[in-house]
Amino acid sequence: MNANTASPSQADRRLAKVSARDVNVFYGQKHALKHVDLDIRANDVTALIGPSGCGKSTFLRCINRMNDLIENAQVTGSLNLDGDDIYDRNIDVVQLRARIGMVFQKPNPFPKSIYDNVAYGPRIHGMARDQAELDEIVMGSLEKAGLLAEVKDRLEETGTGLSGGQQQRLCIARAIAVAPEVILMDEPCSALDPIATAKVEELIDELRENFTIVIVTHSMQQAARVSQRTAFFHLGELVEVGDTEQIFTNPQHPLTQGYITGRFG
Amino acid sequence: MQLLTLMVVLLLLTMFGYRLGRSRALASASGNPRLLHSLPSYHGYYVALWCGLPAVFILAAWLALEPSILHGMIMASLPADLQGLSEERLALVYNEVRNVARYGHVPSLPAVGDAAQHYNNIRTTMFFSVAAASLALAVAALAYAHRRIHADLRARNRVEAAVKVFLVAASTMAIFTTIGIVMSLLFESLRFFQSVSLFDFLFGVQWSPQMAIRSDQVGSSGAFGAVPLFAGTLLISGIAMLVAVPLGLLSAIYMSEYAAPKFRAVVKPLLEVLAGIPTVVYGFFAALTVAPFIRDVGHQVGLTVASESALAAGLVMGIMIIPFVSSLSDDVINAVPQSLREGAYGLGATKSETIRQVVIPAALPGIVGGVLLAASRAIGETMIVVMAAGLAANLTANPLEAVTTVTTQIVTLLVGDQEFDSPKTLAAFALGLVLFTVTLALNVVALHIVNKYREKYD
Amino acid sequence: MVERTAVISPTQAAAGRLKQRYAAERRFKALGISAIALALGFLAMLLVTILGNGLTAFVQTNVRLDVTLDAETLGVDAVNPSADALGAANYGQVIKNAMYKAFPAVEGRAERRQLAALVSSGADVSLRKVLVANPGLLGTTQSIWLTADDDVDMAMKGHVSRQAGAEGNRLTDNQLAWLDQLEQRGDVAKKFNTALFTTGDSREPEQAGLWGAVVGSFFSLSITLLVCFPLGVATSVYLEEFAPKNRWTDLIEVNINNLAAVPSVVFGLLGLAIFLNFFGFPRSAPLVGGLVLALISLPTIIIAGRAAMKAVPPSIREAALGLGASKLQMVTDHVLPLSMPGILTGTILGMAHALGETAPLLMIGMVAFIVDIPASPLDPSAVLPVQVYLWADSPERAFVERTSAAIMVLLFFLAMMNVAAILLRKKFERRW
Repeated sequence: MNANTASPSQADRRLAKVSARDVNVFYGQKHALKHVDLDIRANDVTALIGPSGCGKSTFLRCINRMNDLIENAQVTGSLNLDGDDIYDRNIDVVQLRARIGMVFQKPNPFPKSIYDNVAYGPRIHGMARDQAELDEIVMGSLEKAGLLAEVKDRLEETGTGLSGGQQQRLCIARAIAVAPEVILMDEPCSALDPIATAKVEELIDELRENFTIVIVTHSMQQAARVSQRTAFFHLGELVEVGDTEQIFTNPQHPLTQGYITGRFG
Repeated sequence: MQLLTLMVVLLLLTMFGYRLGRSRALASASGNPRLLHSLPSYHGYYVALWCGLPAVFILAAWLALEPSILHGMIMASLPADLQGLSEERLALVYNEVRNVARYGHVPSLPAVGDAAQHYNNIRTTMFFSVAAASLALAVAALAYAHRRIHADLRARNRVEAAVKVFLVAASTMAIFTTIGIVMSLLFESLRFFQSVSLFDFLFGVQWSPQMAIRSDQVGSSGAFGAVPLFAGTLLISGIAMLVAVPLGLLSAIYMSEYAAPKFRAVVKPLLEVLAGIPTVVYGFFAALTVAPFIRDVGHQVGLTVASESALAAGLVMGIMIIPFVSSLSDDVINAVPQSLREGAYGLGATKSETIRQVVIPAALPGIVGGVLLAASRAIGETMIVVMAAGLAANLTANPLEAVTTVTTQIVTLLVGDQEFDSPKTLAAFALGLVLFTVTLALNVVALHIVNKYREKYD
Repeated sequence: MVERTAVISPTQAAAGRLKQRYAAERRFKALGISAIALALGFLAMLLVTILGNGLTAFVQTNVRLDVTLDAETLGVDAVNPSADALGAANYGQVIKNAMYKAFPAVEGRAERRQLAALVSSGADVSLRKVLVANPGLLGTTQSIWLTADDDVDMAMKGHVSRQAGAEGNRLTDNQLAWLDQLEQRGDVAKKFNTALFTTGDSREPEQAGLWGAVVGSFFSLSITLLVCFPLGVATSVYLEEFAPKNRWTDLIEVNINNLAAVPSVVFGLLGLAIFLNFFGFPRSAPLVGGLVLALISLPTIIIAGRAAMKAVPPSIREAALGLGASKLQMVTDHVLPLSMPGILTGTILGMAHALGETAPLLMIGMVAFIVDIPASPLDPSAVLPVQVYLWADSPERAFVERTSAAIMVLLFFLAMMNVAAILLRKKFERRW
């Protein structure tokens, strides 16, 4: 591993929203993620790329402790959100996940109305004092997700009736309704057609203003289009991280170069 | 009635606790729920749980202990001449005291009347003290929990922990049921084997339990050799399996390999209807229609057929089990991979050849498992044999004679008024233990076989 | 054989063999069809037997008599009878007198007794109802339809021959003659059998009803549902959503699977030993019956509940957790609502099974002969299948008919429950 490129610089550390130090993940005997040090800057879109099974999704799921759900998964090392240890015993996972939202690979709206989909998070977190406030949050989130214009006349229809792209934007609206600080996206466009993908990508770019975004993607073009920072994973190791432009134009590590030029992966 | 009132009061108190907790939480956050760690309703549940649970525990403990406390106190207060009675007579006296006290029966002795009076007094006093204690506890706990409410209280986590305890407790119910079954069967059987030896029970060939209504009765030692029952059970279940296995298996094969989807959609539910009919209906059918029919046919060809022949009971039981065999076999046959069938077709085998030479051999372990499950059901089946098989414990292999079965005897021994600790009633528990052990063993083996089979093709 | 094959050309040999193979194929297929036909034939025979025996039980032979509600015979005050006196009056004598009047030629004690026996011994009760409801009828003569005796009923319905001395016919020549006369006068008719649906059990077939058993079944099943549903759902939630995979949960699962296969009569022994002898609950009570049935149905509900929860896709769970829902919120807000149709379907089927269960209830004393309609789950009571068993055991020919009718009622309830389950599944079935 190249120490110069892979370890975070002083400058990163100051701006870091989420910082990982020596993070390891084991699934039973399998060492799925090895010694990862990575800082994620506030209000940046950070793309995690790499071939299948390289550990990028595993890392993403460490950040909001979705790995807790996997029975024999074990996480070591330290992960901080604004300096608070994410894996601290006193951290309430539920509150953590309210601060770090997530959008999944396949759109997974609840089989409820569009309105209830978005309102669910604010409801369980007690974010609205009354119906009017809740309405405001729901509309605002749909607006920010660029979906309001398309669905404002059918908020009571079920969310599963929308098209794939709309469903994914509904999921994004649902995630931002909780007003998280960080949004994790696990290959959010892999189940979408190109037009829907373009819309979601556009949305990601707009969301950057208010949120810190980490996106796992298979598509290098997408990483290049939406992200400011890119981290390249390979076989459970973080090989290289840097500004997206630099990674794509001037990769330091031969593995990175090999991957982005399409020699493997 | 009083208990019901107390419960309603507790319920109201708990609901009041909920409102109180909720509003205090909101007040502590000056009306802004976002400042709370948990939603206000969780604070409400938190207080309600504190208020209701301890009080309910006290009540439950009292309900469980009341009989034994009462028993002890009444027994101690009985006059000396009654106390000198034998264990069994004393139990009868106590029973009478209870009936006089609770249901206003007329006492046979003045002492019993006094004891009943005493019984009611103690009961009332105890109830009111327990009621007072539980209410006081409820109020105290409510006040305590109410004071603890503040914005940072992790009310949700506490409430969820309590719910999780309930979930875990509920899931242990299955274990407790099994323990309850084993314990009750084992205890009563052990008492039975104090008067009848295990060897005589398991290997004796004479069964005539009509004995010992009173222990001092003359010449009625009774015989508890269960072999005729085991033989009768095997005979009837065997006949049932002879009916159910071929019919069930052949229909399953036809349904899964030949039938058009439409045929299947109609016929499968119809076959399932056979499984949904209560066994008492089969019993009636067997006794009313099938047994006389078989008897008449037998007479026509010059055979003597008992009017409660094993054949009739077994035949009807077999009909009942058909859907059981067929749906289990259906599952198993469908689990055989298509590639095996295609292999045979590819060699030019006809459909029936493929089924007989490839599908059935491949599915055999699963089918055997299913048949074992069906056999265990046949052995444990009660109503058909109670209604259509006889009570005479004949040791015979002739299906035209009347035989009796384990389940029939369990029912016969226990139905009607009986003294609970006579060997006659205890014998039912010993038979129950045998039945439980055998069916359990059959099931464990069958499930093991079926699971192994499933793993092979999963 | 060897020479012949040599003569026949190979294609012909193959064709012959093929023909045989196809014949075998057809035989095999026919075997399958006949197995199904046989099984369904049994079903049809069973249903036809029940229907054939039981349909007539829904009507009851009545006899019309001109009854003189004479105060003296009744033994009440003619001018202003008290309600108590009307309730306790001698209606039997009034009916007898009406019978004698209808057949003035009949004399002699033995003959008169035979004559009176044509009317049900419970007819006085219905007459009492008439007069208590309308005391103004006292002293008048009314033409009233009264329930006939079950022997008359059987003869009128043709279940036994009206030839005197024929098998099963318990009527005498005289009685048959009087019956013919009554019929000629138009004073015999079959009317809807209300007693069957409104009264409790009785030793007299024409007075025996199912209502007590229906109420008893209702109480039992309510207890079963109250105990079984929360416990079953809680167990499924725990095992499906919370339980770690370890020995303890394996033990629970093995237990549940085995309990599902324990013969129900063993559960009856458990109920007898634990609920009756240990806890001292009342015998014959729907409370105990319901508890025993709950233990029997619990595995069914747990298995159905877990299957329904398994069908909820994990992505829904992830979505909820990703938003910061706690695990319990995920369950109550998403998993349970989505799996509820499946759980309910399983529960209804479990309840249907419990409704037909007989053997364990015999163990806990629900076979007692109980005339009263139970008022609470603590009162002694029968349940529908046990009523079937009791009636099936009664020697009177008329009880065969009643038993079949009781079975039809039982099957009707079962069919309703199954239809409800099917509709529920159809309506809410969700493909992910």
